[in-house]
Amino acid sequence: MTKADIVEDIAQKTGLTKKEVGETVDLFLDKIGDLLVAGHHLEIRGFGTFKVKERKERMARNPRTGDAVPVPSRRVPVFKVSKMLKDRVAGQDA
Amino acid sequence: MTKAELVEIIAAETGVSKKDTGQIVELIMDNIGRALLDGDRIELRGFGSFKVKTRGARQARNPRTGDSVAVPAKRVPFFKASNELKARLNPKD
Repeated sequence: MTKADIVEDIAQKTGLTKKEVGETVDLFLDKIGDLLVAGHHLEIRGFGTFKVKERKERMARNPRTGDAVPVPSRRVPVFKVSKMLKDRVAGQDA
Repeated sequence: MTKAELVEIIAAETGVSKKDTGQIVELIMDNIGRALLDGDRIELRGFGSFKVKTRGARQARNPRTGDSVAVPAKRVPFFKASNELKARLNPKD
């Protein structure tokens, strides 16, 4: 499923134009990105939380040469699924 | 920041009403949730993708009693951020 499929479904259900829905969906995703860049988190009840985690600098190895290489500290976006959604998905047969 | 605050910001930029914007945001979550329940993958270009991973059944132990307990196979929803989003968080690399 892609963004286009989601936009199509929402336009049909709300009667709004695909343009209106598409702009809103794009802006929603952009804004989540902006929040994460600013170091904020976003909690959406019943769905999950988008937040940023810090990964410390660590030493890794170049697997081809075996040389030790430092991996610098960095920030990674993470999504923690809400318990409600997790339980609903886990309830489906694996 | 909460969903309501985010809806307000988005509505101010698009000119779509807060009510409609709120409904669109709800329906985004609803679509993603339903796709995950069906085991489908959702790709949102430039943002990331949601999918369901299957964890196999395993034997675990009750740490208090040491008893062996069977943990059944289960499905776990998972988000993978896009390279673009990861790059935005680390502008120097």
